[in-house]
Amino acid sequence: MPVVKRLALILATLCLTAQAALAAGGGGQLIVIVADSRKLTGVMAWWANLYNESHLYFTILTVVLIPVIGVIFGVVADFIMHFVGIDLKSRDLAEH
Amino acid sequence: MDWLYVLMPIAGVKIFWPGLIILGVGVGVIGGFFGMGGAWMVTPGLNILGFPMAFAIGTDIAHMAGKSLISTMRHGKFGNVDYKLGMIMLVGTVVGFEIGAQMIMWLERIGQVGPVVRWMYLVLLALIAWMVFADVAKKRRKEREAIAAGKEVDKLATGIEWHKTFHKIKIPPMIHFEAAGITCSAWLPIAVSFFTGWLAGILGIGGGLIRMPALIYLVGCPTHVAVGTDLFEVMISGLYGAASYTYKGRTELVAAIIMLVGAAMGAQVGSVATKYIKGYGIRIAFGLAVIGCFISVLLKLIPNYAPGLYTICDVIATVLILGLVAAMSVYITVKMVQGAAKEVAMKKGKV
Repeated sequence: MPVVKRLALILATLCLTAQAALAAGGGGQLIVIVADSRKLTGVMAWWANLYNESHLYFTILTVVLIPVIGVIFGVVADFIMHFVGIDLKSRDLAEH
Repeated sequence: MDWLYVLMPIAGVKIFWPGLIILGVGVGVIGGFFGMGGAWMVTPGLNILGFPMAFAIGTDIAHMAGKSLISTMRHGKFGNVDYKLGMIMLVGTVVGFEIGAQMIMWLERIGQVGPVVRWMYLVLLALIAWMVFADVAKKRRKEREAIAAGKEVDKLATGIEWHKTFHKIKIPPMIHFEAAGITCSAWLPIAVSFFTGWLAGILGIGGGLIRMPALIYLVGCPTHVAVGTDLFEVMISGLYGAASYTYKGRTELVAAIIMLVGAAMGAQVGSVATKYIKGYGIRIAFGLAVIGCFISVLLKLIPNYAPGLYTICDVIATVLILGLVAAMSVYITVKMVQGAAKEVAMKKGKV
């Protein structure tokens, strides 16, 4: 499948999934939550301030960080299992 | 012992971080093994750790997206993910989900639907559990009959074979799904995903618990492919769900990342365990998980009729769910370690 087609497919999928997530209700009531950054320092304080200042940037960063961290942890776990000697590329069992 | 607690920057509460890792490992193992998000297991766990409920769902979904990504990557390498089937089903799931969610909002406007939905959920869980165990019983009966007749037992034989009837419906376009090894009308996965999406929308759940058995019994996927393909769907919907909840300010990323440390390990263990456990082993364990979920939902319903029992039912439900998570993750981990040890020993023997 060409790259452009694949990208269009992914975009369409994300747009459709957006509808599902919104339809799920989200549980987001009209309550404003403010993070108390006074007790925090360093990265934690910066993170709490980002939350207070812009939910959009906070969301973008969260959505980027989660897959990146997931992939990093996944690759580390892969490395360890490969080191132990487990075949991580094939599965012999083929029954229903 | 202050170092065992970490201050959540958004929620402003101190949480016992090893508890988050343990919870992450448990749901990671189960999620990677069964192909589901497992929100019904995570929420009571977060509750026990003192997590504010306002952040529980968003944090759960955020960690679920990362965990499903890891599991999908692993299952993808094993050839367990049918991406074409996953993409086709995503369309039906989304449309069905939307209609289900709109229906529930309409029902809410005309009266109390909470208990009705929970009863419906119970019926559905009972049906899934019955389906799984009836399937296992039927397969065993076939094996006994084959042995009695002196025939060779067909290793690919299945118990319930409803999918064969559905495959006879030849409405174009007909599509071949390579990883799943099936050829059927494109309308079959669309209809099934629409139905499971609609149910998930009505019940307000992610849907892995329904979609996984539907992929097996209605679409005809082998168990391993059903697990992998379902995880692919959980990954995409989880990522969007995480964005949606975070934008509403309901995600505690620090907690999600700590959980992800455990879930990353757990998801690998759960996914790799499918290498060593036969399809029917996965189905039986899945059936037991469904029964656990059934009892926990039932315990949440009882206080509606006996309000005095609220606390005791809540405690029992929480203990039951966490006990089930612990028992299943230990079982899956032991099976994975045994299988891996055997594989490594065989490799060494060959050298």
